[in-house]
Amino acid sequence: MPLLEVRDLQVRFSTRGKTVYAVNGISFDLDPGDTLGIVGESGCGKSVSSLAMLGILPKPAGRVHGGQVVFDGEDLLTLPDERLRHIRGNDIAMVFQDPMTSLNPVLTVSRQLTEALRTHLDLGKKEAAAEAASLLDRVGIPDARQRLRDYPHQFSGGMRQRVGITMAIACRPKVLIADEPTTALDVTIQAQILELLRTLVREEGMALILVTHDLGVVAGICERTHVMYAGRFVETAPTGELFANPRHPYTVGLLKSVPRLDAARKQRLDPIGGAPRDQTSEPTACAFAPRCAYASTESWEQLPVLRELDGATGPAAHRVACWNPVPEQDLVAAGIRQAPTGRQTGDQPDEERQA
Amino acid sequence: MLRYVAKRLLLLVPVLIGLSILVFAYVRALPGGPAIALLGERATQESVEAINRELGLDQPIFVQYLRYAGNLIQGDFGSSVLSRRPVVEELLDRFPATVELGFAAILFAVLAGVPLGFIAAKRYQGVLDNASLVASLIGISFPVFFLALIMKYIFAVRLGWLPSIGRLDITRSLEHPTNFYLLDAVIVGDWAAFVDVVKHLLMPAIALGTIPLAIIARITRAATLDVLSEDYVRTARAKGLTTAVIDRRHILKNSLLPVVTVIGLQTGLLLTGAILTETVFAWPGVGTWMLNAINNRDYAVLQGGIVFFAFLVVVVNLLVDVSYAFLNPRIRYQ
Repeated sequence: MPLLEVRDLQVRFSTRGKTVYAVNGISFDLDPGDTLGIVGESGCGKSVSSLAMLGILPKPAGRVHGGQVVFDGEDLLTLPDERLRHIRGNDIAMVFQDPMTSLNPVLTVSRQLTEALRTHLDLGKKEAAAEAASLLDRVGIPDARQRLRDYPHQFSGGMRQRVGITMAIACRPKVLIADEPTTALDVTIQAQILELLRTLVREEGMALILVTHDLGVVAGICERTHVMYAGRFVETAPTGELFANPRHPYTVGLLKSVPRLDAARKQRLDPIGGAPRDQTSEPTACAFAPRCAYASTESWEQLPVLRELDGATGPAAHRVACWNPVPEQDLVAAGIRQAPTGRQTGDQPDEERQA
Repeated sequence: MLRYVAKRLLLLVPVLIGLSILVFAYVRALPGGPAIALLGERATQESVEAINRELGLDQPIFVQYLRYAGNLIQGDFGSSVLSRRPVVEELLDRFPATVELGFAAILFAVLAGVPLGFIAAKRYQGVLDNASLVASLIGISFPVFFLALIMKYIFAVRLGWLPSIGRLDITRSLEHPTNFYLLDAVIVGDWAAFVDVVKHLLMPAIALGTIPLAIIARITRAATLDVLSEDYVRTARAKGLTTAVIDRRHILKNSLLPVVTVIGLQTGLLLTGAILTETVFAWPGVGTWMLNAINNRDYAVLQGGIVFFAFLVVVVNLLVDVSYAFLNPRIRYQ
């Protein structure tokens, strides 16, 4: 049994008579030590999914419409709030996007670190403070004992995110959800924070769900990546495979819009045309069809579901929800794949690849 | 912090000098004068001039001011034309009454206003929220003296639960080491008197505190609504803290910041309100004293009273600013 099992999670927001279909049935499993990336553009429902799992959707507008989030044999979505509270921050913890705003400005770092420890682990004041100091030390904050007395505004952005991470890992959770943990930081700091996350996850054996819009971020950390569009997973594969052999037109579009060091210097980036789907109605067809060059009649009429692309199953499975997956030669033309023979990751022994 | 407080207190000097000039000119711009007030409309020109001479009012105004300022520096506020008592003495008699009333009013406004605003924000757009909006609007738009009269009619005249005037039952004797009656009763250990003082204080404090209450409730509500959608509240939820801890530690502490500032600003208004409230409840405070002074053109009392009010407002705002720094660590006064 997986540690965390998400089945057909659906989240909707209702405001002023309008319903926004934010998450429209996503499913995935997470085993201890797994590192999972969820990638998509703003508004695709990736952050909302993580908030829904923890039961902290903004009330009263947001609500879970259906599905299950089974953790340790219990469905978090139906758990009484008091029971769920014991899991939040203790078994499943979260690192948020903006360390400038996600720490309370009027409380000392010590207070914000120890309150979770004292709530969940029942530590005394002194023990909690000692633990907080050693945690700060662990995430690479110099003078940890001194800095405990400081307020968030006395830390730099990168240091604040380290504090944010410390708060999340304080109770040694089994699952760590990091929601765009590096988006608000500058590039050099991003790398440090990612390295820190990578180390922590490895050393503590935590499972990590990394939510981001940045393909570069998942590339460095995640074993497996889910690409999300309009509240659904459109493609999921081991990260290496996804980068080497993307099949959903949206994934291909994402990859083409990322600047590459090995690309010709003057080559322009190729953004995805059009705008994300207006989510105020339930999707009944492929949500990407209006922006897709491969769209067919089917795309406009039927909702594609995730289907295994080829023989591989289990952890190596590559699934795509598309009526017309991007053909091989187009990947080559787009410069995502080398012309035949140049590939190393050979987990898909199909003839299409060699062609 | 100490340096900041010292600086603010030093700033008080030019403020008070400027204010004393304004007040000095202003009270003399009022038609009539103490001589007319003392002698009546039909006084002869000679007797008016005699009094003016006696009070030094025949001198050019800047000479009058310099003489006044010179006395002020030595702590002499002059004497009341009517009672002939030194202004400082009368002030010390009366200001504890006003401060006690003002403090009780603010206490009432904060103790009722903050929870009301907080609950309204938590039940955003619910019945309670809307009810508190209506109640606040009524509270703000209701004239203080009218509310005072209605309360007097209901609770003193009709129901007879509360005394309608004064600070203490006239049949009761209480020593007054401080003139803060609540404090006096505690010092003497006379608990029956303490209860009596509270009973006398209740209606005036509620009448005076209603407008600040409504304003504080609205500000608390708005600030809480802002804080509720802050990222750090979401962080606190994600940590699995109890609702009580999130409310108190993470939400309320932040939403009180603007409220503290408003309390400071309200003090000025409260003192003006005190003049009305004290008049209706025959409260022997600075308000009634100043009202008499206006009627009698008692220049020295008016000047002393207004300068004292200004001093109080400045000091309270300084206290507010200092407490703000304690509440908000991002502010550090240099």
